[in-house]
Amino acid sequence: MEATATRSKKVNAKPAKLGRDVQARLGQQLRAMYDEVVNQGVPERFSDLINRLDSSGKKDSQ
Amino acid sequence: MPMDESVRKAVLAAVPSLRAFAISLCGNVDRADDLVQETLLRALANIDSFQPGTNMSAWLFTILRNHFRSEYRKRRREVEDSEGHHAESLKSQPDQYGHVEFREFREALAQLPADQREALILVGASGFSYEEAAGICGCAVGTIKSRVNRARTRLAELLHVNSAEDFGPDETTRAVLASGGE
Repeated sequence: MEATATRSKKVNAKPAKLGRDVQARLGQQLRAMYDEVVNQGVPERFSDLINRLDSSGKKDSQ
Repeated sequence: MPMDESVRKAVLAAVPSLRAFAISLCGNVDRADDLVQETLLRALANIDSFQPGTNMSAWLFTILRNHFRSEYRKRRREVEDSEGHHAESLKSQPDQYGHVEFREFREALAQLPADQREALILVGASGFSYEEAAGICGCAVGTIKSRVNRARTRLAELLHVNSAEDFGPDETTRAVLASGGE
């Protein structure tokens, strides 16, 4: 089960400390990318699903 | 059972962020939406085990993450394969300093080890605390911290970013503004 994909590949260089400015930029990019999706709101598919399950009161198990 | 109105609202409110997290895990919108759907079905079927007053988002993220780990891992091999191809074609132009495009950023993110990627997203984008992220991933807080650090370092390497200037401040600002608001 535990597919411990132990990759013997090791990074030799010890992680250099990133400057605050670089970290801030990376964070900005990351959030911009993430928020692109968040700003799409709740697709109908999911609001329908939640409402349907809520009103039927039962899980329609397959 | 009929859901408490506040619970229903909390679930709905968590969906946009759940999707963003799912997409970052799967790297594919359709698959991510299936993952979100399966997560919601599981969550709602087990809504009794949600403890009122605790963080609904964190609860849903945990379910999604565990489901992804168990079900989607098998399929990842194919994805990684195609991502590898994709990444290689992008690698041919490392001299494009001045701006880092979303697509490039996405590709770099996709190359991170799964543990590091999810930690970075949870803390850096979803807005969870280190403690919450540790709870979601079922590991120690210190582990999350070191994963986030390694993820940032690796991202900077992949993107050939050594200082903030490499991002091209104007481009970045424009990209953020363009995607962020009207």
